[in-house]
Amino acid sequence: MNQETSIVEIRNLGYSVSGRAIFDGLDMDIPRGRVTAVMGPSGTGKTTLLRLITGQVRADSGTLQVAGEDMRSLRRAGLYVLRRRMGMLFQNGALLTDLSVFENVAFPLREHTDLPERLVRQLVLTKLQAVGLRGAAELMPAELSGGMSRRVALARAIVMDPEILIYDEPFVGLDPISMGVILRLIRRLNDTLGLTSIVVSHDVREISTVADNVFLLSGGKVVARGTPQELRANPSEVVRQFVGGLADGPVPFHYPATDYFGELLARGEDH
Amino acid sequence: MNVIKELWQSLIDGLVGLGAVVRFLLRLVVLTPSALLRFDLIVQQIYNAGALSLVIIMLSGLFVGMVLGLQGFQLLQRFGSEESLGVAATIGLVKELGPVVTALLFAGRAGTALASELGLMRATDQLSAMEMMAVDPIKRVVVPRFLGGVIAMPLLAGIFSLIGIYGAQLIGVQIMHVDSGSFWSQMRAGVGLTDINEGIVKSIIFGVACSLIAVYEGYYATPTAAGVGRATTRTVVTSAVVILFLDYLLTAAFL
Repeated sequence: MNQETSIVEIRNLGYSVSGRAIFDGLDMDIPRGRVTAVMGPSGTGKTTLLRLITGQVRADSGTLQVAGEDMRSLRRAGLYVLRRRMGMLFQNGALLTDLSVFENVAFPLREHTDLPERLVRQLVLTKLQAVGLRGAAELMPAELSGGMSRRVALARAIVMDPEILIYDEPFVGLDPISMGVILRLIRRLNDTLGLTSIVVSHDVREISTVADNVFLLSGGKVVARGTPQELRANPSEVVRQFVGGLADGPVPFHYPATDYFGELLARGEDH
Repeated sequence: MNVIKELWQSLIDGLVGLGAVVRFLLRLVVLTPSALLRFDLIVQQIYNAGALSLVIIMLSGLFVGMVLGLQGFQLLQRFGSEESLGVAATIGLVKELGPVVTALLFAGRAGTALASELGLMRATDQLSAMEMMAVDPIKRVVVPRFLGGVIAMPLLAGIFSLIGIYGAQLIGVQIMHVDSGSFWSQMRAGVGLTDINEGIVKSIIFGVACSLIAVYEGYYATPTAAGVGRATTRTVVTSAVVILFLDYLLTAAFL
């Protein structure tokens, strides 16, 4: 893995929100051309990591390089240039509700290019065909199911031919068929378009079938990394709890609290 | 001691909030020239804020004019000068009721629609998605809505006043039998350009205030159902207070 070039390089990264450290000394390399999964229990900062990588928030310390750009010093204009090389799929698709499916996919083209209508049409229909929704081009977002919305959003994310495609929890709330479709698309788009895919998810089994490598985050640190097979064989307790879906373990079942009996027996006014 | 402390704190908070709104306004103004290049987006918003508010504005204008006709007639009759009804109603409408009532209705109809639309766009990640597509949501979404409101508001106030004058005439001339000739001629002689200017200036300033409050509340709404609801309510309440306060200041300034 070390011989490959990285498209995202994170060194000793620190980030905190209102005094609470989300990341403290995070190190990560995301290789170019692969599907990389970032997994971890809820609240470990997976989405925050995406926001850092996409420049929606800025790190407090350490270095973060995306496609050779230093995200900590990048200014707004530079960030917007970099973002044209990225596509992002939001949890619920985040389609623009006042535009049709076709116009949603055409949106980045219309905003950033001055292509003739015929070419826009061709590009949009090709991308919609790739996600299997060319027939839905004239529908409005409200008429789509959850899985379809995400596929349209995926078509929109790839319409500018990005180098990096980022998925934020792409499987949440999907039925098994839609989930299978999205999984297949992640792999196929990555390989046919020569992308680098970063998938944040906590669906262990699903993501293991498409990811080339996995980072497991817990408590703001990478606790395990490797291929899905390596992760399954990992003897560490944290990894076993997460992969096996155990209710209690290093990630405790109980939110930190005072002594149970003491609180039950305490008089009302103490509270 | 605590009361003073809290008052001081809320004064500070208020000033900080006002500063944030002014900074937001400056950002809108800076982005306005480039947004004007895509006039189709603005036309769409003039339609949303203006054309869709037209029915409520026209109906309200008619009723307000009719009430002015009745009350004005009653009052002027006491001094035997009911022929001045035309000038009284017109001045009342053009300088005060037209801009103020239109702005209040505008805040309720178009302002809430703007705030909840932007709030929902925020809550459903549409604004973040635009940023990720390297499209500035303020330039693409907020500025056209702001400008649409600013352009629509004076037009609506003008329509309100015109229909109101018709309503006053309907009651005064048609029902109370004020002489039609003196109604109109006194109006033409008594209403000056400064009166109309005052109305226009007021409605433009109210348009800026209402649109700014609506897009600000919507854009910075907490992205939850409760947050969007709160943003909508605050849009109406803040707009109403600000309109009436500005109305006093402007009226005093025009004296």
